Amino acid sequence: MAELFTLPVLVGILYSGIRLATPYLFAAIGETFAQRSGVLNLGVEGIMLMGAFSGFYVGMKTGSPWLGLLAAAVVGILMGLLMSFISITMQAEQGISGIGLHLFGLGLSSLLFKTTMGGVESIEGFKAVRIPLLADIPYVGESLFNHNLLVYAAFLLVPLSTWVLNKTTLGLKIRAVGQNPQAADTLGVNVTRVRYFCVCLGGMLAGIAGASLSIALINLFQENMTNGMGFIAVALVYFGGWRPLGVMGGALLFSFVNAFQLWIQVKGINIPSDFAIMMPYVLTILALAFATKRAQGPAALSKPYERGEN
Amino acid sequence: MKRVLNKVFEALLPLLAVPVAFLIGAMMLLALGANPLEAYGAMIAGAFGDVSGLTQTLVKATPLLLVGLGVCIAFRGGVINIGGEGQIIVGALAATAVAVGFKEWPGLVLLPLCMLAGVLAGAMWGGVPGILKARLGVNEILSTVMMNAIAVQLSNYLLRGPMIDPKEIEAGTRIAQSALLPRSVWLARLVPQTLLHSGAIIAVVLAVVVFIFLWRTTIGYRIRAVGLNRDAAKYAGINVPFYQALSLILGGAFAGLAGAIEVMGVQHRMMENLASGYGFSGIVAALFGSLHPLGSIPASVLFGGLLVGADKMQRAVQVPSALIDTLLGLVVLLVVGSQVISRRRAHRRETRG
Amino acid sequence: MNSKFSRIVVLIVLAAMLVAGCAPQATEVPSTVFKVAIVMPSSITDMAFSQSMYEGLKKVQAEMGGESAMEIAYSENMFKVPDAAAAIRDYASKGYNLVIAHGSQYGTSLQQIAPDFPKTAFAWGTSLDTFQAEGINNVFAYQAEAQEGGYVLGVVAAMMSKSNIIGETGPVDAGDAKLYIEGFQKGVLATKPDAQVSVTYTGSFSDVSLMATAAETHIAAGADMLTGSSQSVVGAIGICKDKGAFWFGTQWDQTSLAPEAVIASQVYDWTGIIKDMIASVKAGVMGGKGYTLTFKNGGLVIAYNPAITVPAEVKAAADAAIAAINDGAIAP
Repeated sequence: MAELFTLPVLVGILYSGIRLATPYLFAAIGETFAQRSGVLNLGVEGIMLMGAFSGFYVGMKTGSPWLGLLAAAVVGILMGLLMSFISITMQAEQGISGIGLHLFGLGLSSLLFKTTMGGVESIEGFKAVRIPLLADIPYVGESLFNHNLLVYAAFLLVPLSTWVLNKTTLGLKIRAVGQNPQAADTLGVNVTRVRYFCVCLGGMLAGIAGASLSIALINLFQENMTNGMGFIAVALVYFGGWRPLGVMGGALLFSFVNAFQLWIQVKGINIPSDFAIMMPYVLTILALAFATKRAQGPAALSKPYERGEN
Repeated sequence: MKRVLNKVFEALLPLLAVPVAFLIGAMMLLALGANPLEAYGAMIAGAFGDVSGLTQTLVKATPLLLVGLGVCIAFRGGVINIGGEGQIIVGALAATAVAVGFKEWPGLVLLPLCMLAGVLAGAMWGGVPGILKARLGVNEILSTVMMNAIAVQLSNYLLRGPMIDPKEIEAGTRIAQSALLPRSVWLARLVPQTLLHSGAIIAVVLAVVVFIFLWRTTIGYRIRAVGLNRDAAKYAGINVPFYQALSLILGGAFAGLAGAIEVMGVQHRMMENLASGYGFSGIVAALFGSLHPLGSIPASVLFGGLLVGADKMQRAVQVPSALIDTLLGLVVLLVVGSQVISRRRAHRRETRG
Repeated sequence: MNSKFSRIVVLIVLAAMLVAGCAPQATEVPSTVFKVAIVMPSSITDMAFSQSMYEGLKKVQAEMGGESAMEIAYSENMFKVPDAAAAIRDYASKGYNLVIAHGSQYGTSLQQIAPDFPKTAFAWGTSLDTFQAEGINNVFAYQAEAQEGGYVLGVVAAMMSKSNIIGETGPVDAGDAKLYIEGFQKGVLATKPDAQVSVTYTGSFSDVSLMATAAETHIAAGADMLTGSSQSVVGAIGICKDKGAFWFGTQWDQTSLAPEAVIASQVYDWTGIIKDMIASVKAGVMGGKGYTLTFKNGGLVIAYNPAITVPAEVKAAADAAIAAINDGAIAP
């Protein structure tokens, strides 16, 4: 066991964990906005796949990862619009419309991949940007400050979204709509508009989450490449108690443990690989079970709002 | 009578959205260079057109219905169980372990024992999120997602290690699958030369049992009360956390049984990807049945037929299988999206008198 | 009451006829076209197991003279066994001459289907059981001796490694992946007994992201030569490219993904087996043969990446290993 607590291993975990956490951060913070406004979007996985494909395809055709990123964001917004229309305007059962959205995104991204590309290819995505001085900090500098732009963006999103949610009028409206839509409505907040905005913002971030895999971290597209990440991202919103900082804590815990279990395998520690692979999932449940403070979710979460109902 | 007819009509109304989904699908088929008429013809004929198609549809509908029943209970109790996948896997593993471990026991004892093992394992897998929610307030979406992943790894471990078919080691191929179940626990085939097995009957009987349970027993009434209005239930003195945990445990039990029946009726051995998708499709099937146990029966058959027919369509016109997921996603979105229309109609009818 | 009942019956019959009328008529045209159908668990673009077989079929088709001589139908991503079984049965009943069940998990189902279609030939892989012991005579079986190529690539990796640390990453510790990974390990250790080989598994055939992280971890632990199995390794290959490590592929030639990082791949060439099966069927032998892909029969090929120079003595050692495997001196 001692060989797991050496400097290179810890530095390696730090580096890999931060990379692994990036797509979860984008997707889970996006989902935090949607849920804070009262909409449960279980279709994050499908949006991520659409974002991953469109980001990759546009990036490949234009040679510019920036345009790819833009495409992923736009496609994410469109998927968010679809989800909004079904679950806000048409007041559908949100748990199920999300599953529909997931299937739709899973299928359509593979279908487009099959018809437009037909085979796996790789591209040059966003390159690592080494931040001078900071990256020279001994031991941790390289792990923390030598990443591609999307990794930095994901972590900058945490304070930014905390500020928006807690310190701005928009944030106040979002929280009001998620907590008590009737009251918000009587105070003149357009519940539908706020919810549309949040779900589309969530969609955009989920699209970018997918693109962070296909044009920044792995630089290729393959069918179903997110492999359940979107569902984990939704779970992380609960883990984080609907606060971006908590979501980051969950994403990092999950990712660090995942990086750690690979080191257990690499170092040949004698436990079955399957149990090592289980670790991040088990520890995430345990961490939440034994956390002392439990956040209350938005009271109107997953309840459609109809004007003049009460 | 008229009231019942009205209700049935309103339950069926959202299904009118299906043709809209298929219209969009037709455009995609055209874009892929396939003839939509030929494709949909193959789809309908493939699912319901002959004995082979019809039995396949029913084989598919069986796990959908069982999982869907668990989903009905959970939804009625106000909790969302998306842990069906994991619960199916552990149910199947437990049934397989019992069947292979006690293979010389008489089928009369062993067969129900296997099912019981599946039920208990599923209930346990649903019970963990249930108890975590009741005792520690851990959200069930988080825990069921995690429990799904844990079940897959547990299955990987058992199927390549303790439960691997000894023949696989002998032959050196080392495929991750269990030994064949003893014939004494194979469920009877209802139609020779097909996969249709007696599990389908069990599922239908259980649908009736769940209906009686939810609407004719005190426990069922309390579960529904908790789901309808948690606060009101609490003021009425109902132990809300207990009943929410119970609905998750029951949901797990049904999914576990689905897993057990799948190995005993269809596969006759445990292997990878046994659950793939049933946990989620079961939610959809339950919803198509308006989250009513009896409504889930035709809904599972319809959704099962959709899955079987879509596969047939893929083969008939040779389009990428991804089209099927796209189409199913559209169907789900449009059906849930149009339910509001029947809900409003019911609302108007009731307010008018 | 009675007339109402009969009216309903008439309606049902009409509806049934309508439905049946929609069905495309099974056209049993006795022609010279050889019809092959394949059912596979992953996608035809998986850069691995399924793609190798699909491209093999395409190649044979081209050699035979295109679609007029051989017709290929496929069903991909059939990871649910009952669906795959339905597909196999369906293709057989539509008069396909050869139906390939390209997944070891399909065996139990195939054993039940094959006797119902004595005029159809089936093939099952990866396995060596043709069910002849059960009295079934229309099933071919095939298997890739993945460990052979694994061994040879292990020899190459060991000789080219500077750090003497080598990383392997697979999906689940079973089946074809296990054979390959263990063979590779043997090859490395036979060449450099003091080399260090680490093995990781991700627990999934499709988790590209975790596979990438696994590669990252191996490289951080000092590995400069990596290999792995399953369709998700595409994620690991990209990391090798970024970090300047080298990669060895299996099942399919993975050079195109990273010409600067992939040294060589073990490629499954199924064409020989496909051609032999077709010839057998045409001659009236519908099954009973078990095939293996080996170096000896040309089914396994080491495809070197022309963009990376492999020293002559390394290639010579690899060839020597192949020769030794072929004459039985080495059993990987």
